[in-house]
Amino acid sequence: METSERLPQEHRKLFRERMSLGVWFKSGEPWVWLTATAVGTSIIAVLGLIGIIAVKGLAHFWPADVITFDYENELGAQKIAGKVVQRERVPREQFEESGAGRTLDISGDPIRLMIKSGNRRVNPPDFRWIYMHDITKQDKQKELITFERLEWGNAYGTIVELRQSGNTVNAENPWRELKTRIGRVVDLRHQARVVQNRSIDRINYKLEQLRLKQRKRELQGNFNTADLDQQREQLNQEYAIKERELNEINAELERDEVVIAISGNSESVIPLKNIVRAWQPNAMNVFTKFGHYCASIWAFLSEGSREANTEGGVFPALFGTVLMVMLMSVLVTPFGVIAALYLREYARQGAFVRLIRIAVNNLAGVPSIVYGVFGLGFFVYLVGGTIDSVFFQAAKPAPTFGTPGLIWASLTLALLTVPVVIVSTEEGLTRIPKSLREGSLALGATKAETLFKVVLPMASPSILTGIILAIARAAGEVAPLMLVGVVKLAPTLPIDGNFPFLHLERKFMHLGFHIYDVGFQSPNVDAARPLVFATALLLVIIIIVLNLTAITLRNRLEARYREAMN
Amino acid sequence: MTENPLPSESVIASPSGVKLAAKLVGSTDTRSPSELPADDVCLKVSDLALFYGSKQSLNEINMRIPRQRVTAVIGPSGCGKSTLIRCFNRMNDLIDGVSITGRIELNGLEIHDQDVDVAQLRRQVGMVFQRPNPFPKSIYENVAYGLRLAGKVPKSELDDRVEWGLTNAALWDEVHDRLNESALGLSGGQQQRLVIARAIAVEPSVLLLDEPASALDPISTLKIEELIADLKTRYTIVIVTHNMQQAARVSDFTAFLYLGELIEYDSTLKIFTNPSESKTEDYVTGRYG
Repeated sequence: METSERLPQEHRKLFRERMSLGVWFKSGEPWVWLTATAVGTSIIAVLGLIGIIAVKGLAHFWPADVITFDYENELGAQKIAGKVVQRERVPREQFEESGAGRTLDISGDPIRLMIKSGNRRVNPPDFRWIYMHDITKQDKQKELITFERLEWGNAYGTIVELRQSGNTVNAENPWRELKTRIGRVVDLRHQARVVQNRSIDRINYKLEQLRLKQRKRELQGNFNTADLDQQREQLNQEYAIKERELNEINAELERDEVVIAISGNSESVIPLKNIVRAWQPNAMNVFTKFGHYCASIWAFLSEGSREANTEGGVFPALFGTVLMVMLMSVLVTPFGVIAALYLREYARQGAFVRLIRIAVNNLAGVPSIVYGVFGLGFFVYLVGGTIDSVFFQAAKPAPTFGTPGLIWASLTLALLTVPVVIVSTEEGLTRIPKSLREGSLALGATKAETLFKVVLPMASPSILTGIILAIARAAGEVAPLMLVGVVKLAPTLPIDGNFPFLHLERKFMHLGFHIYDVGFQSPNVDAARPLVFATALLLVIIIIVLNLTAITLRNRLEARYREAMN
Repeated sequence: MTENPLPSESVIASPSGVKLAAKLVGSTDTRSPSELPADDVCLKVSDLALFYGSKQSLNEINMRIPRQRVTAVIGPSGCGKSTLIRCFNRMNDLIDGVSITGRIELNGLEIHDQDVDVAQLRRQVGMVFQRPNPFPKSIYENVAYGLRLAGKVPKSELDDRVEWGLTNAALWDEVHDRLNESALGLSGGQQQRLVIARAIAVEPSVLLLDEPASALDPISTLKIEELIADLKTRYTIVIVTHNMQQAARVSDFTAFLYLGELIEYDSTLKIFTNPSESKTEDYVTGRYG
């Protein structure tokens, strides 16, 4: 009983002390809060960034309902069918000042919708704002079809007539008939692509090689071209056959057309060969929509871009980015590791080595565009130009390596990231216990044997850390690439079926530059905007995946060597 | 070895009354190393001096280390014991600023000669360190490491040599069913025996042990000591230890080093029962060190 009487007093004493501000500061608690807030803010910033990109980018692929709006504004009664892509509140004052001259008969701020109505060229503009309060009627027509076209973006409309070679096709179910015929067109297009890629491109490539061979002989003073002419003749014959084949397929592609009614009052003819795919969003349920959604995302990842990059997919850019980063890693790793080995293991640790180390560290801080300029001047013009004049004399005046290309972009980025690899490899080397080196040397190993058999394997987690940092930096780099190899639209992938399969001299596409191009150089901003977000999301995901792979690998290696480190 | 002129029960009379029973001394050799015939000398050290920069760490060391015997080097911390035996396989070469004068002859050949291949020398003079330092590889790979360095060895021969090394290091029975597991999973004592197996697998003629048991528990220590007794039939062993009982138990000859000077070097029996120098007596009776 005695203690229980005393306790409240003790408590009060404690309580009063804790309430005093000075004591609270002294306890360090504000510091904990401050640090926790900093961490929290960073997490929110990162998640918010990824979240916004993800939502905006992924929403683009959802086959949302196409709504037909009847509305009335200062231009009179209008009708439009389209997809709502944005919804925005306009301040009342701004609306009134904009000079429409109409009085608002609603309270509060007016709301406007951005409608993607497609049908570019037939019914412009393809994106337009309409005010909610102008809308008199809206409905969802089940038969309304969305056409994704090879040219001019999407079209929205209902089938009026199906034509085959100019004659009307009478079908019981026009939508099903249309789908079948689109399927046929897709097959034909695939056949055409196969002929183009596997035969015609290959023949062209061989013809070019023949031309170079002939030129080379001419440069050597050998004008005997009989054998080459014979080969060329043969290739030309093959070419003629394949060209005929392609023309037949193209003629088949021309066969069908569909006439659609747009927003009830105008009509448009779409040749089926221009249709990529078609769907009836208003007739789809959630599951078929989801299936369509996944298919669209896959198409985005696996198809090339169209219409100045505002339509279609990003596969060439995706491929170029990954290939370039992989090449960069292959180039930077041996270079950085060897440099670090010399600095840490062989060089005498003196003022000079310290100076080099400082220089290497500072190199990591040089703005990347400077590397781009250097890459252009040194790699492209000097090294590439020299390679051309020594090995590719025949191709001149067209440059082969003396022009921006994949190899130069990879080398420039390797140069940009080599300090990171050097620094982390050196760190790893210093962490290897002396006892293990001595153990190896005492068994009669030379220094080099010790390095390769004991030290380097144990330093591999640190080397991987360096590569992770290098990849993270290189994959997101755009500025230097614009000077040394990235283009808006590359005609061919850097890897194809023609020997030597990996074409290091080719220009390539890159997701980072693609974002810039689509977002800021695009002729159709509204159509491109969602693609900017989708591409940005893809780039972020690629970097995360590359990093996670390397981090997992490193952690596994680290676990193996952890005990030996003590 | 055959005669035993000193009673092994003899006791050192020390001023403080500390008595160290000479029965601890395992060896019965009573000859002074200086009396050994030249054929029995494995390592001959003459006028050895070593400097770290300008600081002298070893001064005028003269020693004749006999073949297939255990020679212990004792002395207080920092007296240069480890530095001395690291001279024998030229491990001090790795340290910047070390300079050495004097001669060390291994079986009559000067080890500092220009045409001596240091890697070959270290294969001849194996070394085991204070803390077990197995490589982060499998048990098998640890033992095979030195063998692979010597050149390409057929797999079957490699297997035989690894088994031989592990057997002679008294480790085979404990690990034969997990040769491919990581050596880091072994206990400290096992790791140290693995390191010994690794060192003897390349069949050196000299084995340098730098405080091989100081990081181990008593049972592991005992095993290492038994192992040393077995190994001396094949190898010349030099062991650095700060544990005098251990020196007494395992060695035939003992060198007492103090502040870089070789104070006394004689048969273990003599050092522990009847040392000539008072410093030696003070040290072995535990008055300082």
